[in-house]
Amino acid sequence: MEQPRVALGSLDTLWFQVGGTVCNLACTHCLVSASPTNRTHDTMTLEQVRPFLEEAVGLGVKEYYFTGGEPFLNPDMEAILCETLRVGPATVLTNGLLLDRRRCARLRGLADGAEYSLDLRVSIDGYDAASNDPIRGSGTFERILKGLRNLVSAGLNPVVTVTEVCDGAGSRAGRERFFELLKQHGIDKPRLKILSVFHLGAEVQRGGAYESWQRLTPADAEGRGWDHLQCSSCRMVTGRGVWVCPILVNEPSGRMGQTLADTLTDFPLTHQACWTCHAEGVSCRT
Amino acid sequence: MTKIPDHRGLATWGERLVPIDEFARASAAHGRRLDDTRRAAAVNEFHAEAFDDTPVEGPFGRVAVFGGAYSNHLALAALLADARNREAEAVYCLGDLGGFGPAPEQVRPLLEQGDVRCIQGNYEVSLAAAEDDCNCGYTDPRDNHFAELSYAYTARNCGDSFRAWMGRLPLRRRILVGSRELLLVHGSPRQVNEFLFRSTTPVAFLEVLLERYRCDGFLCTHSGLHWSKHLPSGRDVINVGVIGRPANDGRPAVWYTLLEARGSELRVEFVPLTYDHPRLAREMRAERLPEEFVETILTGWWTTCLEILPAKERAASRY
Repeated sequence: MEQPRVALGSLDTLWFQVGGTVCNLACTHCLVSASPTNRTHDTMTLEQVRPFLEEAVGLGVKEYYFTGGEPFLNPDMEAILCETLRVGPATVLTNGLLLDRRRCARLRGLADGAEYSLDLRVSIDGYDAASNDPIRGSGTFERILKGLRNLVSAGLNPVVTVTEVCDGAGSRAGRERFFELLKQHGIDKPRLKILSVFHLGAEVQRGGAYESWQRLTPADAEGRGWDHLQCSSCRMVTGRGVWVCPILVNEPSGRMGQTLADTLTDFPLTHQACWTCHAEGVSCRT
Repeated sequence: MTKIPDHRGLATWGERLVPIDEFARASAAHGRRLDDTRRAAAVNEFHAEAFDDTPVEGPFGRVAVFGGAYSNHLALAALLADARNREAEAVYCLGDLGGFGPAPEQVRPLLEQGDVRCIQGNYEVSLAAAEDDCNCGYTDPRDNHFAELSYAYTARNCGDSFRAWMGRLPLRRRILVGSRELLLVHGSPRQVNEFLFRSTTPVAFLEVLLERYRCDGFLCTHSGLHWSKHLPSGRDVINVGVIGRPANDGRPAVWYTLLEARGSELRVEFVPLTYDHPRLAREMRAERLPEEFVETILTGWWTTCLEILPAKERAASRY
């Protein structure tokens, strides 16, 4: 059968796997199986990030996202943010465990000194320790909340991300429960992002793999094209090159080139994860 | 509790564990590695100029531009008087005539009598096509709830003739202010419902967009907050703000934009408009519009559509 292919219409969103696959947690649903010892992708230095920022400016990138692993394990993370905020808005996806008061104060300083917005996106996977900790690790619920409180005390308003492994998170009632939880912890302008589950990496063991029918065909594009997919406007940089999107970094066939210019071309939607983005309207952007 | 896996020396290729060198080799074998000439060609092709044959209107010495009337006929009347006093040669509206405020048909005679030159916003696109959604693109259920209320009210109260009139409006215009050719759009040159806020719209992004659309600048609205950037290339991007509701700054005033040719330069002035906002609040209550909307008109603080605000703009917000 003919392979569906997605064109790159514009390069709006540039991701950096700046924490590699190295993490101080090993969440059971992690789509890149990040762990303290996973160096499938290593952390990126400022020197590695810089040429991509320069290339991105020439291509008119609109926003920058940083993920891992845990980005704040990377000693260059704040320096990378400082350089990025000179050219555009930045968002860091973090598990919140390294958000102590001093780091939050420094991040506030970075945010205040920048023309562009800085967002911290903190992951939590339950309404309480009983639902969160089996996914993210023992004692993490309280530690995440402490990180959130530290951000709020520093005057930063986080975005809280919950995956749908958390029962009912995407429902109206589930959202209300999270808003209530965040209000109890001093977040009076709550921002919540609910993310679909990708059946990749560690999640395959926890929740199972994709079923064979969950795959895109050219017919799925009829009447709407592929412009709703994030890969029509994003790329992901890791220490090993440029990948099509943040989801497929542990698939060698998701790699598109060495520089951004190499990746200004279309991509075959042959991965089963592509089905999730299409069927559930997923965007990893905030 | 789950055991932390040991990945030393191993890579996670999908859900499989393989020696890390194997993953590195397999990755390096995928993707393109163009030489410098072909990279430059790829970038050039990516920046291909957009086709745009919009006729150019003008030249003007001074024009008034506004967006987001949101059925606020009182602010629109105040704007037309103010623009006349300031000797604007033409008045342009960047779309979103309805939504939020009361009795949407009331703005039409004002637009016609004031000879206002309009383009379609996402509201006009949706109403003219009788769609069941305003296409603002909210994902938060609370924001969506109010967006739906607002759109359903406007749709109920817009007659066929007004909808057909909306459908005949162009999606963009081009004007000459002095020697500067400016593109007029609702969201952005490439998308009618793109939100462009000051803190999330990089200069480099704007330069590339303007290069593609071959103009000296563009004017937009949609996000509801006014700002301007004078770019290193000398071009200008101006979000003209909206006159339908205040700018989330604790003041009931609404904002429009005056553009003036000063030699080869463009002078941009954001004009706060005071109008009889308590009267608008009474009219909204009489139409049983949500009290949350009325509060915004009276206090100047947004109570809905907050999810779209970037970190900086949200930090300056009451809610």
